[in-house]
Amino acid sequence: MAVITMRDALNDALREELARDPNVFLMGEEVAEYQGAYKVTRGLLQEFGAKRVIDTPITELGFAGLGVGAAMVGLRPIIEFMTFNFSILAADQMVNSAAKMLYMSGGQYKIPIVFRGPGGSAYQVSSQHSQALESWYAFFPGLKVVMPSTPADAKGLLKSAIRDDDPVIFIEQERMYGMKGEVPEDEDFTIPLGVADVKREGTDATIVARSLMVPTALKAAEELEKEGISCEVIDPRTIRPLDIDTIITSVQKTNRVVVAEESHPFCGVSAEITAEIQERAFDYLDAPVKRVSGVDVPMPYAKNLERLAIPDVPQIVAAVREVAYV
Amino acid sequence: MSSQTTDRRQDASASASVIDQPPTTPADAGALEEDRDTLVKIFQQMLLIRRFEEKCAESYSLGKIGGFCHLYIGQEAVGVGAISALRQDDYVITSYREHGQALAKGMSADAIMAELYGKATGCSKGKGGSMHLFDASVNFLGGHAIVGGQIALATGAAFASKYKETDQVTVCFFGEAAVNQGAFHESLNMAQLWRLPCIYLCENNMYGMGTSAQRAMSFQDIAAKACAYEMASEVVDGMDVMAMRQATQRAVERARKESLPTLLEARTYRYMGHSMSDPGKYRTRAEIEKYQERDPIKLFKVRLEENGMLTDDDVAAMEAEVREQVDRAAQFADESPEPAPEELMTNVYANPLR
Repeated sequence: MAVITMRDALNDALREELARDPNVFLMGEEVAEYQGAYKVTRGLLQEFGAKRVIDTPITELGFAGLGVGAAMVGLRPIIEFMTFNFSILAADQMVNSAAKMLYMSGGQYKIPIVFRGPGGSAYQVSSQHSQALESWYAFFPGLKVVMPSTPADAKGLLKSAIRDDDPVIFIEQERMYGMKGEVPEDEDFTIPLGVADVKREGTDATIVARSLMVPTALKAAEELEKEGISCEVIDPRTIRPLDIDTIITSVQKTNRVVVAEESHPFCGVSAEITAEIQERAFDYLDAPVKRVSGVDVPMPYAKNLERLAIPDVPQIVAAVREVAYV
Repeated sequence: MSSQTTDRRQDASASASVIDQPPTTPADAGALEEDRDTLVKIFQQMLLIRRFEEKCAESYSLGKIGGFCHLYIGQEAVGVGAISALRQDDYVITSYREHGQALAKGMSADAIMAELYGKATGCSKGKGGSMHLFDASVNFLGGHAIVGGQIALATGAAFASKYKETDQVTVCFFGEAAVNQGAFHESLNMAQLWRLPCIYLCENNMYGMGTSAQRAMSFQDIAAKACAYEMASEVVDGMDVMAMRQATQRAVERARKESLPTLLEARTYRYMGHSMSDPGKYRTRAEIEKYQERDPIKLFKVRLEENGMLTDDDVAAMEAEVREQVDRAAQFADESPEPAPEELMTNVYANPLR
């Protein structure tokens, strides 16, 4: 297996799926001639031409809606948002059109579309360019929400998302594009949506983490190992469908849980996971579930404040110690 | 107030009167040179829509139809005229006032009425209701209930036709209030930029719910807005079904042969309130009567009769046939079963969650 960046893994997934299916096309701001604002789409215009890789005007609602309409009549669009912060302008088309079309047409119009791009915290770009919106989209039945945490997952999950017949929200952590890892080169390599991955096995506590919080949790687990606390790290990989069974199985083994996330705690994904755990595994818990979330504020600009707004290794270490009563 | 501001206000009020001016594109002399069957079918479709809608009003009052119910009465010439100019495999997409266009596109009256009644036999299995009629078998891409939202979807359907090189045309209906939405401007920009075979058909009935266009639009000449995108446009008499047909034929030609979009503005009028829950008190009786004098069905009937294509007996026979069809649809809807409870959870995902 080749060791490549998450950026290149995503690029490979796009290239392979564009080559595999002529109905797949890629559309977004700067995806073609500029080679992608974050270079995820580098080289695709040259390889597939301007019919398949399309630069759009800065008009998110318009091109997101165009994608949904094209999906209604048989194409498989991949819509890139330069960042998911801008998807807010297109939310009407994503929620009111894409998510509901199959249902309100009584099963007649499926919407095989992927909305993808960077999300989450970034590097000092302040409130309007730096936020984690996954709980928004996970809220709506009809949408699937995916957040990879490794280059291999990014490739396998993106290929599955493109082949899926439902609208998929695919959020790539902006800070992780340069992260390297082993990635299978097989063109048939996919990872099914809705299957969690045990990123590290352990016996004393479960850390549920996604996206950028996975490497953070793995570092925390290494530190805790030195203290004799063995942590299991579970990455659900998709928020919807959520593989709650894998999480429950882990909780039944470790009896202690920390849920880590970048996004806001209020009405967030960690609240959902925590509620599921208490409903399904209350009797197995030896301590209350502990959440480690982003601070409930718009993202600040100043470097020190930004650092404080996002969970880090010491916070996760402290949370595990708390549920382990040490 | 600066003089510039005063001038703009004067301009706005001057353009308001545009609505009352005679339409710029009436049907031309050749309108009645088409074969009688086509013309009579067009007349019959308008009649069917009128009677179907009257039945909807009745059923709504009886509590058989729930939710919102927006009637098309008065606007029949727009939908029938435009859709009569299309090929069967062309796409139509529209707003929540779509019963008439659905019928004109060839959807079954039974399945539409059953949908309004919330029955399992409805065109959307009882999950869409009045505002969400869909039928993939006739390429009817649905009624959509967010003002202007379908304009972006139409642009996508047209994009797909060009991508797949099928020469299918998409017609997108929307009301004049949707013109103020970003989706309209974003879509027209992309459609002209990328030469998409889409006809943007604005049904200007002059009221966005209870607010007149004069109170909501700074510049009310909708067709003229196309020039902001260098797009072809036309103002059409929306009460004249043949004018609608001919203008749409010109736009279809432009779309199919040159892959270019068109903005059509149909000047029309809805006789009823915005929806069944709106008594429409923001309009005077005199205003409504003024437009009813140019009723699209009456206008066309007189024209056909004057040209010896239709007699009173023909009309009476057609009335009887249409009423029977509508009554049958209502009976079918009435007698159809409600959706099974397990239908609540179907069709949420095409590839279901694990």
